[in-house]
Amino acid sequence: MLNYAFRRLLMLPVVMFALSLMIFALQMSLTPTQRLAAYAPSPDFLKGGQESIRALIEQYGLNDPFYIQYGRWIGNILTGNLGWSETARQPVGVALASLLPATIELVFLAFFPGLLLAIYLGSRAGIHLNRWPDHLIRVFTILGWSFPVYVFGLLMLLIFYSALDWFPPGRLSQWAQAVVSSPGFVRYTGANTVDALLNGNVAVFLDALRHLVAPVVTLIYVNLANMTRVMRTSMLETLRQDYVRTARAKGMPRRVVELHHARRNALLPVATIAGMELAYMMGGVVITETIFDYSGLGQFAAKSAANLDFPAILGFGLYFAVVLVVLNLLVDLIYPLLDPRVKTK
Amino acid sequence: MKTLRYFARNPMSVLGVVILVAFVLIAVFAPVLAPPQEFQMTPYDTPRAGFTATPQPPSEEAIFGTTEGQYDIYYAVVWGTRTAFKIGLGVVAISVLVGTIVGAVAAYYGGMVDEVLMRTVDVFMAVPFLIAAMVLTALLGKGIVPVTIALATFGWMGYARIIRSEMLRIREMDYVHAARTYGASDLRLIALHIIPNAFFPVLVLATMATGSMVLSASALSFLGVGTEEGYADWGQFIAYSRNWIVGQPGNPFQYWYTLAFPGAAIFLFVLSWNLVGDTLRDILDPRHAH
Repeated sequence: MLNYAFRRLLMLPVVMFALSLMIFALQMSLTPTQRLAAYAPSPDFLKGGQESIRALIEQYGLNDPFYIQYGRWIGNILTGNLGWSETARQPVGVALASLLPATIELVFLAFFPGLLLAIYLGSRAGIHLNRWPDHLIRVFTILGWSFPVYVFGLLMLLIFYSALDWFPPGRLSQWAQAVVSSPGFVRYTGANTVDALLNGNVAVFLDALRHLVAPVVTLIYVNLANMTRVMRTSMLETLRQDYVRTARAKGMPRRVVELHHARRNALLPVATIAGMELAYMMGGVVITETIFDYSGLGQFAAKSAANLDFPAILGFGLYFAVVLVVLNLLVDLIYPLLDPRVKTK
Repeated sequence: MKTLRYFARNPMSVLGVVILVAFVLIAVFAPVLAPPQEFQMTPYDTPRAGFTATPQPPSEEAIFGTTEGQYDIYYAVVWGTRTAFKIGLGVVAISVLVGTIVGAVAAYYGGMVDEVLMRTVDVFMAVPFLIAAMVLTALLGKGIVPVTIALATFGWMGYARIIRSEMLRIREMDYVHAARTYGASDLRLIALHIIPNAFFPVLVLATMATGSMVLSASALSFLGVGTEEGYADWGQFIAYSRNWIVGQPGNPFQYWYTLAFPGAAIFLFVLSWNLVGDTLRDILDPRHAH
């Protein structure tokens, strides 16, 4: 098991190396002007004529062969210097660290209720195979799956913001933002709901929650189908096992067999897909954050990508690779807890 | 035949097929349904009725209304169908081709080649898909060709994995051994005996991916790196609607048509592919057999 975990971790540097090569190659494919512009301290700088441009090329060694440039660049990254993000107007590391709590807050609030709902719906559908609960659940989830996130998100805004004014976009109302940035308010975690509770400020907590409802509901509904589907299939398979039939034959009530004996064992494949789902949410709530103007990592990554802000893109890519490897590892570690038979491998 | 019967018995899949056929008809008859006007460079340039920002509600001239910049929504919905088919099928075709080659080569040669190719697959899978596609599109420029290339670049890995594992499974089967003893060449074995048998799982994945690739393409447009301004593309028209979600005071649904029509188009399009793909998956899955 440990050996296996170690092999998984070894994958991390390989992925990161390849990622850095990919991004560096993309950077090299820019036109000379574009590449130079990325290093200019201000837009007016390039108008300063040949002299200042030459100075810039000299200063950053932009005329060196590519492998020297790559070496220098990767050296910076390895010493923890991810570079300056033009999009955030901050060092990349600082920007990522300050936005991470917001994304974690959003993703956790959407992921865990979504997972429970998927397990519930999936096992229901499996138990009632090809009868109306199954059909109903299938229609419900497939509709959510076919909704483009931005169409569903915009519908939410149309109804719950424009018409009802219940759930506004953003992370906090103006007054609450003022409270949060005031010196009396301690930022323990950077997640608004948690910090508000720790500071004992219920009004801010409710305000933060109010801003989270629409993106959370959107994320849950749009991502529901996959996990529900896997749960359903897995439930079907488990219900056909001999031990389930034996339990029924012994006269055990149907509900107990279905919910306690079968469902527990049906969870295994769901763990795998849930881990992947969580990883993609951690790195991919790009559209949801953009629509609801929720300033988290996804929105930042989207802006950086559109601006070709390479230091930020690489920083985000590295972050995502770490999340992916760590979560996959976690899923592997959870496996034996769900199914003791796995332990020996 | 059994497959067809299963399809016909399942009302959801029939619905999927019906919607899909409707979209095909719309795409084919686009020039009739929404005739291009004079002075258009290509039929994909949406005609506009002026340059004012505020959208105009459905009327005699524009039956779905006009969106920001007075672009005709009906015209864009009709021609956007062609855009969606082009991108969806284009991305999937390229991805299947690349994935099949990579998967087949990896499984056939095994050893070091297999290891290198599969680790490459892992690396591509560790890349955040949408952001990577955004970067590549931003580099390549706007338009459906860059969008297609960008999505295919980061979308082929699933096929490579399937083809590889199917090949490893099938090549040990008796009929393959039999063909080999008859002296069939490796290429013949792969092309005629192994790949056709791996066809069905690939078909399911490809069907599902067509819908989701159209979603991703329109997401790119929505995020501002997709198609050119005014191009008949659903994602772009949904992006226009984003500024008009909030109506004037007392009339919250004032600009509903800017979101409703392109939104419904893309929703139904993706839904139809998903319904068909979902049914195919059921047929393939032996656990659903009765």
